[in-house]
Amino acid sequence: MVELTQERAVDRSQMQVSDEVAIEIRNMNKWYGTFHVLRDINLTVQRGERIVICGPSGSGKSTLIRCINRLEEHQAGDIIVDGTELSSDLKNIDKIRSEVGMCFQHFNLFPHLTILENCTLAPIWVRNTPKKEAEEIAMHFLEKVKIPDQAHKYPGMLSGGQQQRVAIARSLCMKPRIMLFDEPTSALDPEMIKEVLDTMIELAEEGMTMLCVTHEMGFAQAVANRVIFMDQGQIVEQNEPTEFFNNPQSERTQLFLSQIIGH
Amino acid sequence: MSDTPITYVRDTMLPQKAPPTSEIGPVRWVRENLFSSPMNAILTILSLYIVYTVISHVGPWLINGIWDADSLTECREIIAASGDGHHSAACFGVITARWHQLVFGYYPSELYWRPVLALLVFFVGIAPVLFPSLPRKLFIVSMIAPFLCFWLLWGGSIWLPISIALGFGVGVVAFKLLSASASSLVAIIGAIVLPLIYWLYLSGPLASGLASIVPLGIEFVPSRSFGGFMLSIVIGLSAIVISLPLGILLALGRQSDLFIIKTCAVVFIEVIRGVPLIVWLFTAQLLLNYFLPPGSNFDLTLRVIIMVTLFASAYIAEVVRGGLAALPKGQYEGGDSLGLNYWQSMQLIILPQALKISIPGIVNTFIGLFKDTTLVVFIGLFDPLGIASAIRATTEWNGIYWELFLFIGIMFFISCFSMGRYSLYLEKKLQREHR
Ligand SMILES: Nc1ncnc2c1ncn2[C@@H]1O[C@H](COP(=O)(O)OP(=O)(O)O)[C@@H](O)[C@H]1O
Ligand SMILES: [Mg+2]
Repeated sequence: MVELTQERAVDRSQMQVSDEVAIEIRNMNKWYGTFHVLRDINLTVQRGERIVICGPSGSGKSTLIRCINRLEEHQAGDIIVDGTELSSDLKNIDKIRSEVGMCFQHFNLFPHLTILENCTLAPIWVRNTPKKEAEEIAMHFLEKVKIPDQAHKYPGMLSGGQQQRVAIARSLCMKPRIMLFDEPTSALDPEMIKEVLDTMIELAEEGMTMLCVTHEMGFAQAVANRVIFMDQGQIVEQNEPTEFFNNPQSERTQLFLSQIIGH
Repeated sequence: MSDTPITYVRDTMLPQKAPPTSEIGPVRWVRENLFSSPMNAILTILSLYIVYTVISHVGPWLINGIWDADSLTECREIIAASGDGHHSAACFGVITARWHQLVFGYYPSELYWRPVLALLVFFVGIAPVLFPSLPRKLFIVSMIAPFLCFWLLWGGSIWLPISIALGFGVGVVAFKLLSASASSLVAIIGAIVLPLIYWLYLSGPLASGLASIVPLGIEFVPSRSFGGFMLSIVIGLSAIVISLPLGILLALGRQSDLFIIKTCAVVFIEVIRGVPLIVWLFTAQLLLNYFLPPGSNFDLTLRVIIMVTLFASAYIAEVVRGGLAALPKGQYEGGDSLGLNYWQSMQLIILPQALKISIPGIVNTFIGLFKDTTLVVFIGLFDPLGIASAIRATTEWNGIYWELFLFIGIMFFISCFSMGRYSLYLEKKLQREHR
């Protein structure tokens, strides 16, 4: 889990961070009823940055990245994605969602549609892409995640790893500028984790801006340029990966790292 | 334990063998299903005896049935003449003699082609819905079909159905315009209220105005003439076709985040569901006129159709809500995260799956609804039971009942059973497609 499992060298040449700001979160707070789940979050993500978020279960990692595409609503502070501020304006929300791709722990593929239809649905309906063109784009990305031959099957016929790769391809078909991942490998059997991580590394190598909640520390060391540790709804520590793993500053981080490295 | 070695390596793999003969075929089936225990064997024999008794009594009655007699007396004479005096036979003559009445009620016989054509139009219109592989363009036919059926059945000026159809246009235009300029709540309310106002106050005058300019129409048939299975089918099918979309909208309304929409949906569903259908039918018969603008003499059959439709839609709404609730939250989030808007998510992702889960419940509601159309007999409409009473009141057939009710029962059974079968077929088909 913690060892760097990548067999091939990760090509960092394309992974340049630009000065342009992709996501800016300022003093963001969120409550579930009276429960203060996110407290004073401040985070700026540059275009091309790859950020790994980790932390104990229930620390608010999912909630944080779900706020970025408004799957959850925040109650105080600002979130600015790609220059558009997230407000309750439905048009803004749909625009941001179509430019921010998201992969979930449980894939959330649409079981009544084929793999190809899963991938072409949003381009056709949200972007008004002609069906033919949408299918070409979909096949391109399915080839990229190495499952073009499954295009006409239904999600239920695929393994977990394949389904997660389809989910990634489905997001990519919208040509997103930012990708969010919420524990994309934690519902997978160990032998499938690698194929999904490889796909994500490839994406990173192409310079995609990524926010990734994961406990795959190998992945974090290989591609992340920042690791964020969260606890009790707050950002406790952030650092570049080598420093973060070798020289954690906060006691909470040390405890967390010792627990996940311990087994 | 002992010192037997733990290591074991198989050197030859076993080939596959056929199971023993007692484990396959009809012998096994009979043994397992009918005679698996002494108790089971006794029950089997007892059941066989009961089946035999029933058949031995009813069988001859059915088989010896008289099909060509014009009255009960004539039928009895034929039986007395043919038999040894004490055997019984059914008088199916009533069905052959009154067949038209049982099917069409008092609809003018030279116009029988109109309901038959309307039924055909209905099936053509519903085909694109039942068979999604047909080209999308056929949906235009589906949209015209209800109005064409209405016109064929009741006749009269062609402008009435056209002006009613315009009301839906009013709704769509109102929704488009309002959702561009105002909030979605205002748009929804506008799309419901404006057409209602149009129908209540404008559509009638518009139709009669157009009719006086360009008189175009076929012979008008009043609702009083509707009867028999035709009436059941008209009420049942209209209610089925309208209550499904209405029920879906109500179910979505009940799940809505908009407080007013949610409250309206909940109140509507609970009030409609909480009162027996027969009460609603009496309401339709007696009270509805008070709510309509004075002077509009609203057809009783139409009023009944509206009531049955509303009643069914409340049930459909609850069935569909069950389907919606059964979907994991991830499906909604999957659609949201791709930037699909609410209606797109519903149409493309949520409803196809929710409706698939709800098929058995929906069809169950439809079957109940179709049988409940017989309740209209209590407000003086001639559904098959009403026709049966009318037939039994004539001098020719006074005193007959088994044969008529058997026939009506069989007709209803065939309709409901085929609906049930279609639902099973649909479920299996969708199962195969999606897994
Ligand atoms: N819909 C919700 N309603 C109320 N509490 C919630 C809801 N979703 C999450 N929580 C709570 O918020 C906290 C953070 O959840 P989450 O962001 O999922 O944590 P993580 O992803 O870090 O495990 C948890 O304590 C969880 O119980
Ligand atoms: Mg989580």
